[in-house]
Amino acid sequence: MTQFSSDRVGQSVPRVDGVAKVTGTALYLDDLAIAGVRHGVTVRSTCPHAILDGFDRDPEFDWTGITVVTADDVAWGQPGFKQNVIAMLEDDQPALVPVGGRIKHWDEPLALIAAPTRARALAARAHFKPRFTPLPAIFTIDDALRAEVVLYGDDNVFKKFLVRKGHTDDAELERALAGCVRVVEGHYATGAQEQMYIEPQAMLAYHDGAVLHLVGSMQCPYYVHKAMKALTGRRADEIVVRQTVTGGGFGGKEEYPSMLAAHCALLASAAGAPVKMIYERDEDIAATTKRHPGRVHHKLGLAADGSIAVIDIDVIFDGGAYLTLSPVVLSRGVLHAAGPYRCPLVRVRGRAVATNHPPHGAFRGFGAPQTTFAYERQIDKLARALGVEAWDFRDRHALRPGDTTATGQLLVDSVGTDAIVDAIRKVAGSPPEPRGTNRHGAPVRRGRGYAFYFHGAGFTGSGEQRLAGRAAVSAQVDGTFMVHASSTDMGQGAITTFTQLAAGALGVDNDRVRVIDPSTDLVPDSGPTVASRTCMVVGGLVERASAVLRERLVAWGRQHQLDGDLSALARAATADGTDWRETVQYEPPPGIHWDDTTYTGQAYPCYGWAGCLVDLEVDLDTREVTLLRCVHAVDVGKAINPVIVAGQIDGGTVQALGWALLEQITYQDGRVANATMTNCIVPTFADVPDLETIIVECPYRFGPHGAKGVGEIPMDGPAAAVANALTDALGVEFDRLPILPEDIARALEVVA
Amino acid sequence: MNIALIVNGATRTVEVSPYKRLLDLLRDDLRLTGTKEGCGEGECGACTVLLDGIPVNSCLVVAGQCDGHTVTTVEGLADGPLLHAVQRELVARGGAQCGICTPGIAVCAAALVDSGACRTKDGDARAKVRELLAGNICRCTGYQLIVDAVLAAADQVGGES
Repeated sequence: MTQFSSDRVGQSVPRVDGVAKVTGTALYLDDLAIAGVRHGVTVRSTCPHAILDGFDRDPEFDWTGITVVTADDVAWGQPGFKQNVIAMLEDDQPALVPVGGRIKHWDEPLALIAAPTRARALAARAHFKPRFTPLPAIFTIDDALRAEVVLYGDDNVFKKFLVRKGHTDDAELERALAGCVRVVEGHYATGAQEQMYIEPQAMLAYHDGAVLHLVGSMQCPYYVHKAMKALTGRRADEIVVRQTVTGGGFGGKEEYPSMLAAHCALLASAAGAPVKMIYERDEDIAATTKRHPGRVHHKLGLAADGSIAVIDIDVIFDGGAYLTLSPVVLSRGVLHAAGPYRCPLVRVRGRAVATNHPPHGAFRGFGAPQTTFAYERQIDKLARALGVEAWDFRDRHALRPGDTTATGQLLVDSVGTDAIVDAIRKVAGSPPEPRGTNRHGAPVRRGRGYAFYFHGAGFTGSGEQRLAGRAAVSAQVDGTFMVHASSTDMGQGAITTFTQLAAGALGVDNDRVRVIDPSTDLVPDSGPTVASRTCMVVGGLVERASAVLRERLVAWGRQHQLDGDLSALARAATADGTDWRETVQYEPPPGIHWDDTTYTGQAYPCYGWAGCLVDLEVDLDTREVTLLRCVHAVDVGKAINPVIVAGQIDGGTVQALGWALLEQITYQDGRVANATMTNCIVPTFADVPDLETIIVECPYRFGPHGAKGVGEIPMDGPAAAVANALTDALGVEFDRLPILPEDIARALEVVA
Repeated sequence: MNIALIVNGATRTVEVSPYKRLLDLLRDDLRLTGTKEGCGEGECGACTVLLDGIPVNSCLVVAGQCDGHTVTTVEGLADGPLLHAVQRELVARGGAQCGICTPGIAVCAAALVDSGACRTKDGDARAKVRELLAGNICRCTGYQLIVDAVLAAADQVGGES
């Protein structure tokens, strides 16, 4: 915390990029005029698993001016391109499948085509067909575990985790479960979910002398930078990655842009011209990463004294054809699986497995929504079995300061439980009338559901220490200040939040601060824009750098007997060309201990806490669900900009409501069968009620002004609240997501 | 063929195929890149413009249909530096996040507000805004702050008239 805090922090100042966005002058990648640019398109696989035998290139087609690149056209290992790989956690995914290599999923990139116009590129693609020999494919978690078809290692398991609390071996846990007076057991399944950012994936590559430039829509410029180093073998300073205004990410532009960057770089090199790629919507839905489908087996054991005695969970995620980020998504899913409840004995087993689905990857919540859905259904079932009011039951068992989490993390402060419990209770009011008719005169059933959950802010365990993120603030010759960080604004308001934090710590007006566009030649690596860490971690760096810079400038002014405000001092101090820049690096809060081998200790520096109440009604004729109320109370530590924070909560809430009731990815033989916005639907204005969003502030000592994460937690719980409300309304259980009208119809038939 | 249309108050004549999408005519021929393409199939509404004052998905309208007609894009909403009330309120109330859907929503909402179709004194104004904007998808905001902004703008415009 800095002593220069100002009232600018905590104010809902308008977004600094707001006017550009409402007037249409904000420039997204496809809006840039680039002389001589070629349009790149991708030739994709039309099967889930096969050996690529080659390509048929139509000799009748006019190939003039068309550039084609296959993996076999590239001299790998020679100067230019080193390795056919999209580097992420592991190097298992090729940029392009080589002839003789294995195709592992539908819509996998096999070749690239560039032409002076998009129409010509698409026409050429229609005349360039892959040939392949099909192999047996696997699409279910069970088939993956049977490992009769092996896609990864020798057992298709990308990663396993085991968390044990309060016991040493499985036998001890089984004995404890056997000793419970009641055990609630459930099997939960959640579907894949498309991020559906409205700006499709977009990237541009060009060469300027020895330097390769990548410009595009992305969350993490340094991820792309790292992937381009591995692909091209270039030195760090021979690659520049710059983010353009980005039309939504939600995790979908965390790792995937490295794929487009690789493809644009390959084409730009072959064509000797700038190449841009803008994905078609159907292509984007079909080929890019989605939320991992998940399966959770959950046992919740109650002791004779009414406390929760045992929690035993088995989590399996479908990682798809390549590893991408599955291990870390699984890690977060596992670490949140036991939920924010007191329990002395916990076992969580987790596996991420390989299938012939297109790879699943990062999406807001990052594994936690899948396991949150399971534990919040379980808690609800146990409360109902005991006849205890659902919210009171959560209140009774929720973690509080002095309690430990599943990894043995002792909670000390910034625990939002009481504040969240009270916030929801205060506005809950009466539940809706259980029976009635709607405006069409159809009979309806109504119900209320709750969910309570937490979300670790920042990277897991010692992740932030390993990342050692840096950010800088500099004084400019015109008396303004510039923030240099690689954190991107993809709509979530990072640049406005940074502006407020920097201005607050510098003690200047917001309009004296500018956040430079993230470009790897101009900003240090602050770590990726993920994991609800941007405000809490990088915002903290920005604030600290600002405070130090202010002190240095004030000291310099005193030394030179100069008065005046900080802007005047900045002008004077930089007049001789001196670079006044303060760079700071992440320093972990004291006392953090995490053991990666036993998965024990402080899994996260702190947690956000949240509660959700949903009232809904079901039309018994159509089985359609209408949401009547959605109250969402979220503890964010401190809202640096309350309107921006509310916007984050609202947006995450509606994505979660969509995941619960509307959003479905239908795979047929491993292919996304509903790859258009017509049938891969997301909520519209008309699908959601007015949201009752409540910002709760339980400050985190080591976050800027007390701020902790906000981006992901709103995604975690509302789906469980919806399912719980449906059970309340209809008296049947819903343990799979999404819950579509046909699922409700089937469930009611079973009961009847 | 030569197509003459009035775009944001100015007559423009372009030599294009009559089958060219209005979206491409605006973005590529007139370099009005404020109008965005989100899906290319009339679902997301990011490409919404006004054709003779009526909101349309410009990805589904061909150039030939526009000959002799009036088109308003997001670039035509503001009066010089003076933003339309909808634009002003979207900024003030957090109705724009990533911004890619914003031009389409601003255009559609401006038509709505200017028509006087939704004022808060009309009881069901919020529901009306939700219904009339349901063709515009926003994945960031959860819609709440956009509805707030549109109603605030509607009251201002309504007050002026």
